[in-house]
Amino acid sequence: MEQVIANGLYLGAQYALIALGLTLIFALMNVLNFAHGQMYVLGGFISYTVYGQLGLPFVVALLASGATLAVIGALMEKFLFRTVIRRSHREESTMLLAAATAFFFDAVILLLFGEKQRGVPKIVKGVFNEAGIIIPYDRLVVGALAIVFIAAFVLYMQYSRVGRAMRALAQDRVAAQLMGVRVDRYSMIGFAMGAMLAGVVGGLLVTITGVNSGIGGPISIKAFLMVMIGGAGVVGGAIAGGFILGMMESVGLTVLREYGDVTYLAIFAALMVFLSIRPNGLMGKPWG
Amino acid sequence: MTRNRSMKIASVAAFLAIVFIAVPAAISLSGRIDLYYTLTSVALLSIASAGVWLTFYIGRINIGQGAYALMGGYVSAILVMNHGWSFWPTIPVAGLLCAAASVLIGLPILRLRGVYFAMVTLTLTEVARLLALALPITNGAKGIVSIPLPGALSVFGLTIIPDFATLQNSRLAFYLLAVTLMVVCFAVMYRLVQSRIGKLCQSLQQNEELASSIGVNIAYLRVIAYAVSSFFGGVAGAIFAAISQSIYPSSFTVTDSVNFMLNCFLGGLGYVFGPMLGTLVLYFGWDLLFQTGRLQLLIYSGLMIVLMLVLPNGLLSLAETTRKKA
Repeated sequence: MEQVIANGLYLGAQYALIALGLTLIFALMNVLNFAHGQMYVLGGFISYTVYGQLGLPFVVALLASGATLAVIGALMEKFLFRTVIRRSHREESTMLLAAATAFFFDAVILLLFGEKQRGVPKIVKGVFNEAGIIIPYDRLVVGALAIVFIAAFVLYMQYSRVGRAMRALAQDRVAAQLMGVRVDRYSMIGFAMGAMLAGVVGGLLVTITGVNSGIGGPISIKAFLMVMIGGAGVVGGAIAGGFILGMMESVGLTVLREYGDVTYLAIFAALMVFLSIRPNGLMGKPWG
Repeated sequence: MTRNRSMKIASVAAFLAIVFIAVPAAISLSGRIDLYYTLTSVALLSIASAGVWLTFYIGRINIGQGAYALMGGYVSAILVMNHGWSFWPTIPVAGLLCAAASVLIGLPILRLRGVYFAMVTLTLTEVARLLALALPITNGAKGIVSIPLPGALSVFGLTIIPDFATLQNSRLAFYLLAVTLMVVCFAVMYRLVQSRIGKLCQSLQQNEELASSIGVNIAYLRVIAYAVSSFFGGVAGAIFAAISQSIYPSSFTVTDSVNFMLNCFLGGLGYVFGPMLGTLVLYFGWDLLFQTGRLQLLIYSGLMIVLMLVLPNGLLSLAETTRKKA
């Protein structure tokens, strides 16, 4: 039992960090970033290259992942999404763009890094084994780091000038613009931050689960699930959604083990019922 | 007005002549029989995409068409294999069952809007795949294979469609079947969009609250539109299963659902025939790029991004701008 909860918390911390990036981009731009999972994979491969191949310290690898993805995110916003949003009659058109960028990243990742599963040496050796809970130390470190990043993100959004501007933008774009917020600039920063978060999680998790070029799509779907549970465009919702999904996955894998691979089926079914009762998730704004 | 009308009739006639006479003639002259399979796929995929387009028309982003295509394929396959049905009645049955399922699913989820609906339908595709893996009747990951070719269809002893297995060229037969259905499907769509219901659907797309306040039954309308959409998906899936003579849980996945949506975007969301053009361009584009080998996906997605930047309102918006200038 304790083991199940511990696993759930560990999964939840990672998931929440993934969902945060997706929800941030959605809140600011009203863009559903299909390429989020691919950004995660890219971050993972960059960490793999820097830490696993070049042998630099892990912190450098994480920084490299985050920084590269932030630059990519900023460029994507400036040259792709902003243009399409301006020219298109319907804002859904950004979804085609997002899906196309997801395919594009898939292709780039495949060309640059190949299709093999890649892993890196453990960052910390040894296993924590007390009170009936068994967790390898590296998972503890990664889980703790994820929680630190989440806390830092929340504090940044709450207390910094940039964070305040972004929150205003998410609340009401036009009003924020009228109050003198530089909408274009903060959209770009927000997109860059969302992408950076995806890259950082990818970098963190490459030390545990490794990375391969095919997992981008499934990661995106998981991120969508969390955002739906918590409500799109809300920071608190993304965190809650992440922990709830992590916990459900952990419990489901234990309880439903004898029925075969049906955990995600059960989660999807539960989600459908839940959404028909609360269409906006736990904390979502009506109609995002 | 009459000139406009005769123009329309002429273009429809030209289109029919091309798909039913010119294309088979050109293929038999050039000997590229493999093109039949490609074009059949395009026709079927454009039927499924037409369904997605219809949900776009009521202002919903539908990424769940793969679920209904998969369901339609399984319904047809199971009826043929386990219950000894002939293939032909399974087409409407598959469509109707999908429509019925979509009413049940749609009643709760059509209350969602925007990205919520998009994400829920996306997970619906995953649900369908996982269900197909888990249910005993679908035979798990092994799928249902060696489905027989469609048999003869006769009404009152008169053979309308011959047995596909006895035909020398079953590819041509499948091509004609798929194209006929595509023509019917788009004729229905065109009629639907021009009708009173079509106008009401457009009002949903623009503002549901306003439409509701002037007495439009929005809940009923959107369920109807979604059911028609899923019907198309089911029909396309059923025929796909018959052509490939097999169906697996991975026959229609999230990628397919996303592609159906992309077809609509590429053709243009404001045009009934957008999904047809979008499917043709995307499918052929993908096929043509096959020679580039490893770079295929890179070029394909790169072109898609460029196309999106240049023509964010779809390929058919090109015709509109040139007409305005003239």
